[in-house]
Amino acid sequence: MDWNNGRRALQVIKLDWPLLLGLLAVSGLGLVVLYSAGQRNMDLVLGQAMRLGLGFAIMLTLAQLPPAHLRFWSPWLYLAGLLLLVAVMVVGDISKGAQRWLDLGVVRFQPSEIMKLAVPMMMAWFFAEKPLPPRWLPLLGGALITAIPFILIAEQPDLGTALVVGWSGAVALFLAGLNWFVIVGLGAVLAAVIPLFWTFVMHDYQRQRVLTFLDPESDPLGTGYHIIQSKIAIGSGGIYGKGWLNGTQSHLDFLPEGSTDFIFAAFSEEFGLIGGCVLLAMYFFIIARCLYMATRAADTYGRLLSGSLTLIFFIYAFVNSGMVSGLLPVVGLPLPLFSYGGTSLVTIMAGFGMLMSVHAHRRTLRR
Amino acid sequence: MKGWGAAARPSLDRLLVREKDNTAESELFFRRVLIMVCAVFVGLLAVSGRLVYLQVLNHDRFTTLSESNRVRIQPLPPTRGFIYDRRGVLLADNLASYHLEVTPDQTRDLEATLAAIKSRIALSEPDIDRFRKLARRTPPYTGVPLRFQLTSDEIALLAIDLYRMPGVDIKADLTRRYLVNALGVHAIGYVGRIDETEMAKLDPGQYSGSTHIGKTGVERSYEEVLRGRAGYEQVETNAEGRPLRVLSRTAPVPGQHLYLSLDMRLQAVAEKALEGHNGAIVAIDPRNGEVLALASQPIYDPNPFVNGIEFSAYRKLNTSKDRPLLNRALRGIYPPGSTIKPLMALAGLQYGTVTRGSGVFCAGVYRLPGASRKFRDWKRSGHGGVSLDRAISQSCDVYFYDLAVKLGIDRIKAFLDKFSMGRPTGIDLPGEKGALLPSPQWKRKVHKQDWFPGDTVSVGIGQGFFLATPLQLAHSTAVISQRGKVFQPRVVHATEDPGTRVRTLTEPRSAGTIEAKNPRFWDAIIGGMIHVVEGGTAHKVRTPRYRLAGKTGTAQVFTLGQNQSYNARRLAKHLLDHALFVAFAPVEDPRIAVAVIAENGGGGSATAAPIARKVLDAYLLDQYDEKLVGGLKPAPEVQRNGLE
Repeated sequence: MDWNNGRRALQVIKLDWPLLLGLLAVSGLGLVVLYSAGQRNMDLVLGQAMRLGLGFAIMLTLAQLPPAHLRFWSPWLYLAGLLLLVAVMVVGDISKGAQRWLDLGVVRFQPSEIMKLAVPMMMAWFFAEKPLPPRWLPLLGGALITAIPFILIAEQPDLGTALVVGWSGAVALFLAGLNWFVIVGLGAVLAAVIPLFWTFVMHDYQRQRVLTFLDPESDPLGTGYHIIQSKIAIGSGGIYGKGWLNGTQSHLDFLPEGSTDFIFAAFSEEFGLIGGCVLLAMYFFIIARCLYMATRAADTYGRLLSGSLTLIFFIYAFVNSGMVSGLLPVVGLPLPLFSYGGTSLVTIMAGFGMLMSVHAHRRTLRR
Repeated sequence: MKGWGAAARPSLDRLLVREKDNTAESELFFRRVLIMVCAVFVGLLAVSGRLVYLQVLNHDRFTTLSESNRVRIQPLPPTRGFIYDRRGVLLADNLASYHLEVTPDQTRDLEATLAAIKSRIALSEPDIDRFRKLARRTPPYTGVPLRFQLTSDEIALLAIDLYRMPGVDIKADLTRRYLVNALGVHAIGYVGRIDETEMAKLDPGQYSGSTHIGKTGVERSYEEVLRGRAGYEQVETNAEGRPLRVLSRTAPVPGQHLYLSLDMRLQAVAEKALEGHNGAIVAIDPRNGEVLALASQPIYDPNPFVNGIEFSAYRKLNTSKDRPLLNRALRGIYPPGSTIKPLMALAGLQYGTVTRGSGVFCAGVYRLPGASRKFRDWKRSGHGGVSLDRAISQSCDVYFYDLAVKLGIDRIKAFLDKFSMGRPTGIDLPGEKGALLPSPQWKRKVHKQDWFPGDTVSVGIGQGFFLATPLQLAHSTAVISQRGKVFQPRVVHATEDPGTRVRTLTEPRSAGTIEAKNPRFWDAIIGGMIHVVEGGTAHKVRTPRYRLAGKTGTAQVFTLGQNQSYNARRLAKHLLDHALFVAFAPVEDPRIAVAVIAENGGGGSATAAPIARKVLDAYLLDQYDEKLVGGLKPAPEVQRNGLE
């Protein structure tokens, strides 16, 4: 089978080979790092490999669905997601202090996870036939579509997921051509409202929480401990790193959650600045490739969906690496394709599946 | 697809002649994507820049830190302050105890570890269940308590094998102990394990390492004072995280000791005097608002609550029809009955609707002008002609029916509000009820009905919608005894630094003075209250040893039909009237004001007044039954200065 045959085979199963390559490279590296970060626990690696396999299978499946089907189901998935969010408020399970899980007897899952896909789909569906850039009324509609699930999820409280969902709606609006005046205006309103909210609405203990959130190191007994340890792990890695399996901070148990949310620190300790930059470059490659695919989409629905899903992937990578390196506040988002754990991995791979589906039905004419 | 909808229906888009233009939109999208690509690049570049900052510019510093990084920060919970009574009798202290803690992340195999523990010491299913529930809710790298109150044998059994079980630790902590058991529980309260709703509001740093928090009583209202501030220490650990030595230490600041204003001897007398009845006694020093006794019967032992009361025991307490967990002194709401009459009389004098000399003829029944409904006097034959003084001392209902109607509900409410009727007194204990001083607005809102003149009639004798707590009654009696000087009731007399044992007395919280238009109005109602004891309804409790002023009350639990008569022998106990008595003494220089409520006790003069006498006797004559209060000796470490 020569090179062209291989490409054709991938086309038949609707996969984009540069993107597939990028995803395989990052997740492969992720497994290698996980072996070290997880204290050489092979069960952990195998479990993660199984999840990745499941993720890739879901991606492959969704890639086969024509975008028209995705579009048809968009509002229904969104409505179902909203209903489930309300259900979780009423009967949800409490895990680690927040109400996120819905127990369906057999499986427990987080309805908020659905929204990471449903909000981009719904936004794309909503703007699909509207003239763009959007006028005031559609703009308001789009804002509502995002705000409702955002508030429901933030109430759970699950700040990380709420942030992702809000971000996906915001970038959909931006990509739809939101007027610059509106963007600047909204920014100004936000800047005016936050101090008022701070002074008049919030309780003292809530203010204290926000302050430790913004400056975790002021609270060495709480989240600050994570950040202090994580910075030590990264910084001690230097330019070349300590080498695979040679990280001390993660292995001596100083780095909490070294195989989940803070795996980037374990990675940077062992692979150094070079490894870190290579990984970031790989993420940039995946994102750039996806955005390119979005510009080639056949219609507004495809464009907005692809763009929004891609930038969800970006926000995961950016917020996690920024948080672990102490650049951003601590928000519990995993490093995509890297962190140990299942739920968000499945969602992200499903998003790539939709991207590939849209791309497989791109415009055949050159722009 | 072009021209969709716009031609078919009149829409905003049609008016603006806007159509979808895929090429233009595609170009717009392309431009926007370019911006986003730049944003993504800048974002990831910022992270790379941060990596350069950490890994190149600060590499040496972090390398040093990582080499010496065998340092963990361990929280040091503060020691909770003790609670003493006003004489220095120790009521609550902390007992050293040991519990077993398991850190799931540090165990090689959690199930095997649990099994290994179980093979050495007793481990019940509820223990394991609770452990699993807690472990699910906390991050896996934090320790979770598995068994509390380890015995020394159990500690020995575990200690020899501890090195073989990573992630298993024996932790020392302090458990709250209530030395006087149930005595005064409604004022002292208890601590219990922090629950999830409390966790959400706490400062996580301050409470890391603490497992308990005040739940009721002063334990709750003085939580901040009693708890102190957490410290932390940096410890060097081995690879498994076991501490090797302490590097630095920020000591916790222990909590302050509390001295209650309660005298536990008087508290014991009060609880004993009330035995056999559900009800409450509140005794206040009217000169400063200090609560001397705060009894609510039945009582319960707070000690089982500290480490989680067993479900069956809790259910028994919670479903008992006597409701021992209810703090009746602050949260029990009762019709004040005739005990309210001195205040009503004062209101009448103040607004000029009655004078000291004016009288009413009581024929045993009162009718509103033009109405047929009869309001009966407790004395069927009537009192004949009654003045204000006799109306109080004989507790004539008709006099106060008439007075209330003349005053009107609005003026009654405005005046009684000054005595904290219908609103909390502001005592430093949690959960105080405001009870109810009704108003027409309230009735419309709650009952969707207009206020009828008959409603005012009942309020005049402390019945109808009118409800008050025992604390409110004691408080208003204290205010009367001081001729209008108001002090907010409080149960904490002083706080004490546990290190230096320097004591800070809490200042009396004055809440102003209620001015009578003529100071002699006070003489009038206090005179009436003296005559209640000296020849009036409570003449049986008169004593030659001191003079007391009081007022009896009998509050109806259920309403008689228009022509029925009350026969105590024919009624079930739970339908019997509540017996009430308020009093202060000595009348020349009042040092104690007391309110007694005995639920379903029958009559105020027969049941409640003798109970109050026992409390007054003990306090004023300093006569205590050695059998009852023998154990209540001031703790030896307490310096006596400033304490009674």
